Amino acid sequence: MTTERPKVIEVKHLVKKFGNFVANDNLTFDVKQGEIFGFLGANGAGKTTAIKILCGLQSPTSGEIKVAGFDVYRQTNLIKRNIGYMSQKFSLYEDLSVSQNFEFYGGIYGLSRKQIKERTSYFLEKLELTNEANKILKEIPLGWKQKLAFSVAILHHPKIVFLDEPTGGVDPVTRRQFWEMIYEAANEGITIFVTTHYMDEAEYCERVSIMVDGRIEALDTPAMLKQQYGASSMNEVFLRLARAQSAEQ
Amino acid sequence: MKGFIIKEFLHIFRDLRTMLILFGMPVVQVLLFGFAITNEINHASIAILDQAKDEVSMKITDKILSSGYFDLKAVLTHPDQIEAAFGEGVIKEVVVFEPGFGRKLEKEGKANMQIITDASDPNTANLLYNYTSGIVRDYSREMMENKTPPMQISIESNMMYNPELKGVFMFVPGTITILLMLVSAMMTSISIAREKELGTMEVLLVSPLKPFQIIIGKVLPYILLSFTNAVVILVLAFTVFGMPINGSILFLLLESILFIVMALSMGIFISTVSQTQQQAMLLSMFVLMLPTILLSGFIFPIENMPLPLQILSNIMPSKWFIIIVKSIMIKGLGITYVWKETLILLGMTLFFIGLSVKKFNIRLG
Repeated sequence: MTTERPKVIEVKHLVKKFGNFVANDNLTFDVKQGEIFGFLGANGAGKTTAIKILCGLQSPTSGEIKVAGFDVYRQTNLIKRNIGYMSQKFSLYEDLSVSQNFEFYGGIYGLSRKQIKERTSYFLEKLELTNEANKILKEIPLGWKQKLAFSVAILHHPKIVFLDEPTGGVDPVTRRQFWEMIYEAANEGITIFVTTHYMDEAEYCERVSIMVDGRIEALDTPAMLKQQYGASSMNEVFLRLARAQSAEQ
Repeated sequence: MKGFIIKEFLHIFRDLRTMLILFGMPVVQVLLFGFAITNEINHASIAILDQAKDEVSMKITDKILSSGYFDLKAVLTHPDQIEAAFGEGVIKEVVVFEPGFGRKLEKEGKANMQIITDASDPNTANLLYNYTSGIVRDYSREMMENKTPPMQISIESNMMYNPELKGVFMFVPGTITILLMLVSAMMTSISIAREKELGTMEVLLVSPLKPFQIIIGKVLPYILLSFTNAVVILVLAFTVFGMPINGSILFLLLESILFIVMALSMGIFISTVSQTQQQAMLLSMFVLMLPTILLSGFIFPIENMPLPLQILSNIMPSKWFIIIVKSIMIKGLGITYVWKETLILLGMTLFFIGLSVKKFNIRLG
């Protein structure tokens, strides 16, 4: 079944250098439509740089990269229209109300008033937050805010949504609920590109890539990776890769 | 305990900015205050209108110029030239001798001279008048010693532009400048830094909005706020303090907008180099506010500062804006007199806009 879905992210030989420092060393991978793609790696492994390139915030040093069918060198604006983004930092405005946040972000992506209204009430109903629509965001608990931020990121129904450590600092129950939202979005055909520190979350992904020192050291389904490294959990896989790296040095 | 103290020092030394603020600022401030708050006159630019050209008037002129406090910038030949001499803003005082000064003194025992000062800066005007009249009085005392019929030089003072020496004339242009700087530069820099701190800036950058759209969206509200501010201050100055607006109001407002845009572009620049709101605030305070207050001529006359500080004051946009505001409001001058200052402000604006755009792009690329 996976072979039939079209590729929405195509990366061939992506290299990004900052002076002498190689942040991304010859990355090659594809992500298919509706896939939940886990992008793992220790801090400083080059994840953030790669995401920035895919989002059109930075241009690569070399390589052939297409996101949502558009070229990252020349068509960054078209890419930006077709992706959503949620950062590890909280990305909504604390001093605006829930619905004001929806209006603002909807407006940025060029949705009409009517579309914004429809999408807002759709998400608020789903999150059972209709009664809090006019509450200032400060008064909303963190877990809810995180779900709201995700809703805002897919408000304009993007082809791909990039989630940069979306569940940092959130309790396990909320994380679970958050992942349910991710699955729902994926079922609607939105591709999920997610980075995380939590290895149990890596198990939820369809495929996982693990970056070490700017290179992709492993890329497969969680099950295959565990088999390949003879590990019982993704955490073990990750540790083995990291240890192999430090042993090399 | 010892480890903890060492760790704390490490925190401080690691952070270059804190270091600068900790050690740099006190030094800079002490120096600024120490040098700037001297109420002495040094090399004030003056002009002489000697309609007598006789021995006595020449001697007095010599005495004034050799005192070291004054620099002769122009020799006028006709009273009509006085107005224009002040208009350029360089000359702070004109000393006038009446025709036949020495002869009158000899024959009638009485002669008149006039000291005209640019009182749009009341403190300096007062000081200049006191210094000059002191020198003239010294001279007449010396003369009297060996002459029997008492001779008297009467000195008429004329405080140009501000006959009552109202402090508000100095106060209003300075306040407008500082408030515009505060609202425009500080508020924009903080508000942009806040977006960075909260992570919303990242989301904005990933959105289809172009960087210049983000900047304009952030800046426009502050342009309106600052402009309203400027108008309120002007109305207050006019109604409450009786400050005249002798020049064109439209021209004044246009110059204000130019200054606001300049301050905003400085604010954007500050926000590109700071990561947090606190940093933006500290930078605005120390880089913008203090120099604006101390070096712009608002409180301390620039002419009285030591040369290095005088040179430094030239890169303060507020210095030029204060000159413009004073020229328009108090002296009623137009663009023909302040085009140089306007051009300097315009240049600074373009410089900071260019710098911020470049910084903004580097952060993206």
